[in-house]
Amino acid sequence: MHAENEIHFRDAAAKALLDPQLRANFRRAMDGLIAKRRAQFPDPRDLQDLRDLSTAIRSRSLLCLPELLEQLEASCAKNGIKVHWAETCEQANELILGLLQARGAKTMVKGKSMVSEEMHLNAFLEKHGIEALESDLGEYIIQQDGETPSHIIMPAIHKNKDQIARQFAQKIKDAKYTEDVDELTAMARKVLREKFLNADAGLSGVNFAVAETGTLCLVENEGNGRMSTHVPPIHIAVMGLEKVVARLEDVAPLYAILTRSATGQPVSTYFNLITGPRGEGEKDGPQEVHLVILDNGRSRIYADPQLRATLRCIRCGACMNHCPVYTRVGGHAYEAIYPGPIGKILTPQMEGVGVRHDLIHGSSLCGACGEVCPVEIPIPEILVRLRREATHEDMGSNVAGKGTGRTATEDWAWRLWAGVSKRPGLYRIATWFATRFGKALPASAPLIKNWTQSRTKPVPARRSLSERMRTEGVPHE
Amino acid sequence: MNGTKPKRVYFYGTCLVDLFFPDAGMAGIQLLRRAGVEVVFPEGQTCCGQPAFNCGYWEEARDVARTQVALFPEDLPVILPSGSCAGMMKVHYPELFHGQPEEAKVRAFSARVYELTQFLVDVLDVKLQDLGEPVKVTWHSSCHAVRDLGLKGEPQSLIGQLSNVELAPLTREYECCGFGGTFSVRHPEVSGAMVADKIADATATGASVVLSTDGGCLMNVNGALEAKNGKLKVQHIAEFLWERTRAR
Repeated sequence: MHAENEIHFRDAAAKALLDPQLRANFRRAMDGLIAKRRAQFPDPRDLQDLRDLSTAIRSRSLLCLPELLEQLEASCAKNGIKVHWAETCEQANELILGLLQARGAKTMVKGKSMVSEEMHLNAFLEKHGIEALESDLGEYIIQQDGETPSHIIMPAIHKNKDQIARQFAQKIKDAKYTEDVDELTAMARKVLREKFLNADAGLSGVNFAVAETGTLCLVENEGNGRMSTHVPPIHIAVMGLEKVVARLEDVAPLYAILTRSATGQPVSTYFNLITGPRGEGEKDGPQEVHLVILDNGRSRIYADPQLRATLRCIRCGACMNHCPVYTRVGGHAYEAIYPGPIGKILTPQMEGVGVRHDLIHGSSLCGACGEVCPVEIPIPEILVRLRREATHEDMGSNVAGKGTGRTATEDWAWRLWAGVSKRPGLYRIATWFATRFGKALPASAPLIKNWTQSRTKPVPARRSLSERMRTEGVPHE
Repeated sequence: MNGTKPKRVYFYGTCLVDLFFPDAGMAGIQLLRRAGVEVVFPEGQTCCGQPAFNCGYWEEARDVARTQVALFPEDLPVILPSGSCAGMMKVHYPELFHGQPEEAKVRAFSARVYELTQFLVDVLDVKLQDLGEPVKVTWHSSCHAVRDLGLKGEPQSLIGQLSNVELAPLTREYECCGFGGTFSVRHPEVSGAMVADKIADATATGASVVLSTDGGCLMNVNGALEAKNGKLKVQHIAEFLWERTRAR
C-alpha cells in the first residue's frame, strides 16, 4: 500500500520533459551558472579549504543552536528588533497579519524570501485584504503570472526573455512590447518604485542572523531588498530557525562561498547588515523591525544527528544547478517549495517520507549535488537514509511519515532478491536460467517495460563469468 | 602490502559483469595475470548488495554482503571490474555494518578493495603496448567510480598509454548517464532523457567506441544506442585494453 495522497514526481517530471522550451531554458541557464561558478574556484584546494571552513561554521552553529537562538533574541532586543517565534506556518502567518493589522497596513513590498513561500504568506495576506507585492524581479515576474518559484535563487529561470516580454506587454499597464532586457527591467522598476514609496510595510528573508550582534544579513543583487527593508515604516524579516551563526566573523566565509556557489559572483551587488530600526537623528530606516523565526519541522530534523546536516544549507542553489534531473525537468515538477536535490531531502522530512516516497527515489544517486555543496551536505547519503525511513518503521527515528512508503510488492521483491543472492547455489540456478532463457523474457514484462521505453532489452550472455570460471578455470594463455 | 607489488589477488566479478559482460571479467583477469599477478576467483559470488542498499533495504543488503565478505578470507587485494560495486564494498560496507558485530572484519575487507584500473595503475603501475589499429574512443566516467570511490583519471591514463588510440572527451564527461540502478525503471522518463543526452554527446565526439568501467552505465548506454540503431559500440575498458594489447 502506498501512502495515501502520495505525490508522484515521476508524472510531473515526465510531463516537464515534453516541453522543449522549458528544457532549453533550464539547460542554458544551468550551463551558464555552472561555468560561472567554476570560474570563481580556479584552485580546487582553495575551494576545499573554503568548504571545510564553511561546513565547520555551519556545523558549529547548529551544535549550539538553542543557545545561539536565545542569544540572538537578546541581541536583537538590545538593537530594537522584536523577535517572534512560530512553530508552524499558520502561526507565522497569523503573527505577521497581527503586526500588519495593528498598524493598519494594507500594502506590503517583499524582498525575496523562501521561508515566506513555505508559509504561502502572499495568499494568506491577500485573503485578509492585504496586498503583498514581490519586488525581486524574478519573483515579480512569476507573481504576475500566478506561478511559484522554479529555482530558489532564480525564481523565474523557467521563462526566457521572449516569454517575459510577451507577459509584460500583456500584464503591465500601458506597456509596449519589447525584447530589450534593459527596457523590460525599466518597466518593472517603474512599477516597483511607486510601490516601494507607498508601501505600508516591507518584508524580507534573512541569509544569516548573527547571535552576538543581533545583525540580520541580507544578500541581494537588485537593491529591492534594501528598499523593502528600509523605505516602509515597518520591516518584518522571516527566517528558518537554522539561519543563525555565532559571530560576525562567521559571516565573511559563508558570504564568500554563497555568492560564488550560487551565481558565480565574488560578491553580490548589495549586502545588507540590518541592525535595527531608525535611530534618533537618523534620516531613514523603518520605525519598527521584527524578526519572525519559523520552525515548521526544522526542530524535528535537528533532533536527528545524521539528518541535521540538512539544516547546514545556505540556500545557494548550486545543487540544483548541477543536478542532471533538475536541469531536465525544472523546479515546478517537484511540486515543492524547495526543488532540486536539497528539496529532495528537505521536502520529505517536512511533509512525510511516505507522501514523498516517489521524490526520494527520483535520483540516480550520481552525487553531483554533494560534490558541489558549499557546506558538504551529504545529499545522496541522506536520500538513502530517507529511503530506509520510508520503508521501515522500526528505525528508532522521529522522521515524519516513517514506514508509510512500504509496499508488500517491494518488500517481497527485496526478500526474494536477498533469499537468492545469499545462497550461491540458488543464485547459480537463477543465473543459469537467465543465461538460457533471459532472451525469452517479454519486453512488456513489468519493470522491463519501463527499461525498454528508451532502450533495448538487456540480453544475458550465453554463459556467465562464474560458469566459465567453474568449467575453464582462471584463463591461461 | 608494504610497497611491494602483491603476487596474488582476488577477483570479484560483480553481478552485471557476471551475467552481461563475462568477456570483460575475463579480460580483467588476463590483464592482472599478464602483470604477473595470480588471480583467485572464489566460487559463490553473487552481488555486492548495492541495489538493496540504495533502495533502503539494508537488512537484506547486509545478509547478502555478509556471504560475499566471507568469500575473501585471505589478506589479499580484492579487484572489481566496476567502480560502482567497488565503491559499495569499499565506502558503503563500513556504513552498512556500522555498529554490527562484524564491523571490524568488514572494515578490514573494505580496505582491501580496488577497482580494476585503479589497481592496474596505482598499485601495479602497468605499462601497455598498443597492438591495435588506429581508433577514436570516448570515455564515460561513471559517477560512483569518481565520486564514491574517488578514481582520479586512472582509466584515462591507461587509454593514454595506447599509441593508436585517440581519446575524444565527452562535453559533459562527469554527468550521470541516467542509470542509477532502480532509478532507471522507477523514473524511466527522466532516466531516458539523461541517457538520450549521453549518447548524443558520445556520438558528437566522432568516436567509434564508448568506454566505461561500469556494467550499469554500459548496459544503459548500450541499450539506448541499440534502440536508436546508433553505430557507436559500447565496451568495458578491461575488454578494450586486453583486446588491443594481447599478443596475437
